[in-house]
Amino acid sequence: MAFEGLAERLQNTIKKMTGKGKVSEQDVKEMAREVRLALLEADVNFKVVKDFIKKIKERAVGQEVMNSLTPGQQIIKIVKEELTDLMGGEQSKIAVSERPPTVIMMVGLQGAGKTTTTGKLANLLRKKHNRKPLLVAADVYRPAAINQLETIGKQLNLPVFSKGTDANPVDIANDAIAHAKEEHYDYVLIDTAGRLHTDENLMTELREIKENVDPAEILLVVDSMTGQDAVNVAESFDEQLAVSGVILTKLDNDNRGGAALSIRAVTQKPIKYAGMGEKLDELEVFHPERMASRILGM
Amino acid sequence: ARYRKIDEEFFEDLEEVLIQADVGVMTVMDLIEELEMEAKRQNIKDAADLREVISEKLVEIYADEDNTAEAPVNMQSDGLTVFLFVGVNGVGKTTTIGKMAHQLKQQGKKVLLVAGDTFRAGAIEQLAVWGERAEVDVIKHNAGSDPAAVIYDGIQAAKSRGVDVLLCDTAGRLQNKVNLMNELSKVKRVIEREIPGAPHEVLLVLDATTGQNALSQAKTFSQATDVSGIVLTKLDGTAKGGIVLAIRKELKIPVKYVGLGEQMNDLEKFDPHAFVYGLFSDMLEKE
Ligand SMILES: Nc1nc2c(ncn2[C@@H]2O[C@H](COP(=O)(O)OP(=O)(O)OP(=O)(O)O)[C@@H](O)[C@H]2O)c(=O)[nH]1
Ligand SMILES: Nc1nc2c(ncn2[C@@H]2O[C@H](COP(=O)(O)OP(=O)(O)OP(=O)(O)O)[C@@H](O)[C@H]2O)c(=O)[nH]1
Ligand SMILES: [K+]
Ligand SMILES: [Mg+2]
Ligand SMILES: [Mg+2]
Repeated sequence: MAFEGLAERLQNTIKKMTGKGKVSEQDVKEMAREVRLALLEADVNFKVVKDFIKKIKERAVGQEVMNSLTPGQQIIKIVKEELTDLMGGEQSKIAVSERPPTVIMMVGLQGAGKTTTTGKLANLLRKKHNRKPLLVAADVYRPAAINQLETIGKQLNLPVFSKGTDANPVDIANDAIAHAKEEHYDYVLIDTAGRLHTDENLMTELREIKENVDPAEILLVVDSMTGQDAVNVAESFDEQLAVSGVILTKLDNDNRGGAALSIRAVTQKPIKYAGMGEKLDELEVFHPERMASRILGM
Repeated sequence: ARYRKIDEEFFEDLEEVLIQADVGVMTVMDLIEELEMEAKRQNIKDAADLREVISEKLVEIYADEDNTAEAPVNMQSDGLTVFLFVGVNGVGKTTTIGKMAHQLKQQGKKVLLVAGDTFRAGAIEQLAVWGERAEVDVIKHNAGSDPAAVIYDGIQAAKSRGVDVLLCDTAGRLQNKVNLMNELSKVKRVIEREIPGAPHEVLLVLDATTGQNALSQAKTFSQATDVSGIVLTKLDGTAKGGIVLAIRKELKIPVKYVGLGEQMNDLEKFDPHAFVYGLFSDMLEKE
């Protein structure tokens, strides 16, 4: 049932009406239904799908399809175009502050992949951008979170700033910036504790860190296996923190990753990187058009 | 309270709410069709009356001919009980073990943990902290060592110390990684070989925020380790975890526990009635 390629399913729908020359209203309806199912099965949010289908339908009854000799093909093209457009079109870059250090906050739900991705991003900044990054252990809640980041730092041979679990995350962040300035680091990557978007105390803590360190980027780390809730999470984090971008993790899975589309649609924030494995070099620049194909299974 | 009429719009709203609860579009469409028929058959006119029927239908998925709604946990009345925890990355395996250790300890049981995740940075230390919190011992090897070997040692320690319950942590792994799934099968075989009848539960930990991929997780982890139950974590957020309905329907695997937070006491037995009501309660409370 699930995850049959959309292109294939649309072809089948189209085959059923060969010999008809023209696309009828009924045909468009049927195709819209297939697209809707494919998107929902890929975990794209219900409301996002609804808006998307409306748009597709409008274009599908237009001249470009009516005048086409291969209306089915034309519709597939439209779906892909619209989806890629919604995904954000082009690749997006990581910020650089005029005056170093560039401060980046990593935020998100529990278990999304923040700590691992903090390490990966630091590694990428050093390797690809030739920068000197400092990792900051600001998760004082999760058991052994600091140890985890320190271990990652050791694996990468990169320094980790920490003040133990008794310090306040806001103080840790402030002290880390001061330290980074003294030691001439280019980037400061702050690993924060996982939290629910509905947790007022912990969300306030993030806002306080933000006010203190004035980050160039607040990156929302999201598990690509997330279902319908992705929009609630992204919308809420964005409302409370004004995130600058998104990192999608665990894309080495076999899921379609519809969460990407939902998040992009509700926040309009770019997805900057994709986590492709547990290893610290498995972070890639995000390609919107590839993601569009993946979500559609074509 | 005033309740709305049962009409096409009502069913459309119900469809929306259930899809947004991650029940899955196919399961939802089947369900709506059945409910529409049932509403007609029983001549139900308002939502208050239909509410019961919706609940019943949803719980029915849980309790068909062969399955009771509440699944018992396979705890040995005497001798050693072994639970193996499996699942993809970051779902809450280690935390659930910590919580369960605390609860069992409170019930007067002698509990031992074994740090079978030798891979992820800080995983052994994380379990050790939970061991301290729950005041139970943890068997561990060095990071990077063979997981099957530490599990083996955990079993021997459990036997010689007269432990009641041994809880085995494993590294998170995505179900499409064949090597890692084979490694997990091997861990399970070690337990089977050392203790006849064990593991008494293989608990697949699922994150309630997960969408349709959870079905694939359940399928593949079952093939590798014969999963006996699910722990549905992170239900304290806004996600509903509706995909467990499809898992129950297709694979017959019951949910046994739910995780409701990050603290020691945030683990509860699964209540199917409360759970299914939670899937569509937003819709009724809106009115
Ligand atoms: N397969 C895969 N696993 C990943 C990826 N990114 C992170 N992980 C794994 O996901 C799990 C959770 O990662 P963490 O970095 O601890 O997540 P976190 O968001 O810091 O978690 P909390 O601090 O508890 O909120 C770990 O097992 C990681 O190894 C990825 O891109 N692919
Ligand atoms: N809100 C909430 N957070 C939870 C719950 N269960 C676990 N967590 C959090 O989720 C994150 C990941 O939990 P872990 O226990 O490390 O997950 P894991 O499956 O062992 O992760 P890996 O070993 O990396 O695969 C941690 O921050 C936990 O505190 C829950 O029921 N509710
Ligand atoms: K997750
Ligand atoms: Mg972390
Ligand atoms: Mg773990």
